[in-house]
Amino acid sequence: MALSAPDTRFVKEPNRMIEVRNLWKSFGSQPVLRGTSLRIERGEAVVVIGRSGGGKSVLLKHLIALLQADQGEVLIEGQNLCQLNERQLLSVRRKFGMLFQTAALFDSLTVYENVSFVLRRERKQTEGEIRRLVAEALEMVELPGIEEKKPAELSGGMRKRVGLARAIVYRPEIVLYDEPTTGLDPIAGARIDSLIRRVWQQLHVTSVAVTHDMASAKRISDRILMLHEGVIYADARTPEILNSTDPIVYNFVHGIPTHKPAANTTAAPFSPDI
Amino acid sequence: MLLTLLNQRLRNFLDQLGELAQLVGEAGRSLRHQRPSWRDFIDQLYFVGVKSQSVVITTGAATGMVLCAQTYFQFHKVKMDTATGAVVSVGMSSELGPVLAGLMLTARVGAAMAAELGTMKVTEQIDALRTLATHPVDYLVVPRLLATVVAGPLLTAEAIIVGIAASYMVGVNLLGIEGAYYLAYINRYTEPQDVLIGLIKATWFGGLIAMVSCHKGLTCPQGAEGVGRATTEAVVAASITILISNFFLTLLLTRLFN
Repeated sequence: MALSAPDTRFVKEPNRMIEVRNLWKSFGSQPVLRGTSLRIERGEAVVVIGRSGGGKSVLLKHLIALLQADQGEVLIEGQNLCQLNERQLLSVRRKFGMLFQTAALFDSLTVYENVSFVLRRERKQTEGEIRRLVAEALEMVELPGIEEKKPAELSGGMRKRVGLARAIVYRPEIVLYDEPTTGLDPIAGARIDSLIRRVWQQLHVTSVAVTHDMASAKRISDRILMLHEGVIYADARTPEILNSTDPIVYNFVHGIPTHKPAANTTAAPFSPDI
Repeated sequence: MLLTLLNQRLRNFLDQLGELAQLVGEAGRSLRHQRPSWRDFIDQLYFVGVKSQSVVITTGAATGMVLCAQTYFQFHKVKMDTATGAVVSVGMSSELGPVLAGLMLTARVGAAMAAELGTMKVTEQIDALRTLATHPVDYLVVPRLLATVVAGPLLTAEAIIVGIAASYMVGVNLLGIEGAYYLAYINRYTEPQDVLIGLIKATWFGGLIAMVSCHKGLTCPQGAEGVGRATTEAVVAASITILISNFFLTLLLTRLFN
């Protein structure tokens, strides 16, 4: 398992890719993010964990400006997304690929039209080149030859893999994953995880995933951030999080309901180190 | 209590009007700065124009026939049978043709647009579009707007022609009006501006249907219920706006052309 493999790119190129400063977001009277801050370097594989409904997907959607912050800043390579309008955001979003929880494939289009969507709209390549790139992307997600199928003809796992092909075909710098294994059986989930890992290693992208699936988090991350009560509560390398004795982290990692006493609560709690 | 409710309703209405104005502005910016996708436009034109023909032709024919029969029954009392054609022709050209074609397009096309975009919204396809560096207005709204603006007057012209032809069949073959007089009165009393007014109205209605329906779809609340509500609201809002704006357009355009 590549879990503990050192990320040499991170060491050589300490470029700040994503930075979130004091992000606040409420829906109605319900605060979801309460001053969240984080930093992600170029080429890192980061997973944000946290309870369901804790604001992980909300945080992820702020990174690509699908949601507008009430307060705070989201910087991508130093550019503050909160100051850009929807049209200005288009060029920034070109740096991103995103795999949605439901894959969000365009159901009126074929797999080929879905995967080639950005390339065909940009009109920079010939149709032949686009076909080759789409075939390569589908090959990478282990679904060759399904170009003419419609999303409705695919299983949940296949739809996610096509969604992943669509997210990587135009070589983005950052790939975001919203609950990549939710709704899949353990084998399909593990397959998606290995693809996420492969995309990170082969395409040298910055990988950011949100999940509450700890098995998946272990497989696809080098660093884990834990979102708790609207702030990043813990931020550490994956093995440290997995072996943490902090009661909140421990309980989450081991799936222990919070009203029960934790197995080991003697250690000092995590303090966000950003 | 009642005042608070009215205040809230008014605020909601003004909010929606503001959002719609923003969407129209964004569509205008897109048309100025972005090259529309002709393929998407042709697809939409086929859906809006070609696929709506049976509905519009049936509506035009039925309206022409019933208008002819009812006008004849009234005019016959004062021995003005032959003027029936003129009333049908002017009525179909400037009022009934564009309004009924607009209402039928709202029911068929507006509802489909709101439901399609609403479903895309609740299944995160609109968000996916944005992550793929594509503005939803460029990809979804502009081709639909162009298609309805082009197809609206064409379908209305079709409804007018079919309506007048159907009224001729009823008037001459069923009610016994002299065919030559029927056509002569149509020619004498139907001015080119009557047809022009009808086509201008149809263009306006086409744009209105697309913008209202796309707005309702893009702002659809979550869930299946949200899609259903957005579709209903799109049809109701577009229909009412067509009927109300038709009155003001009649006053404005009649003054302009006469």
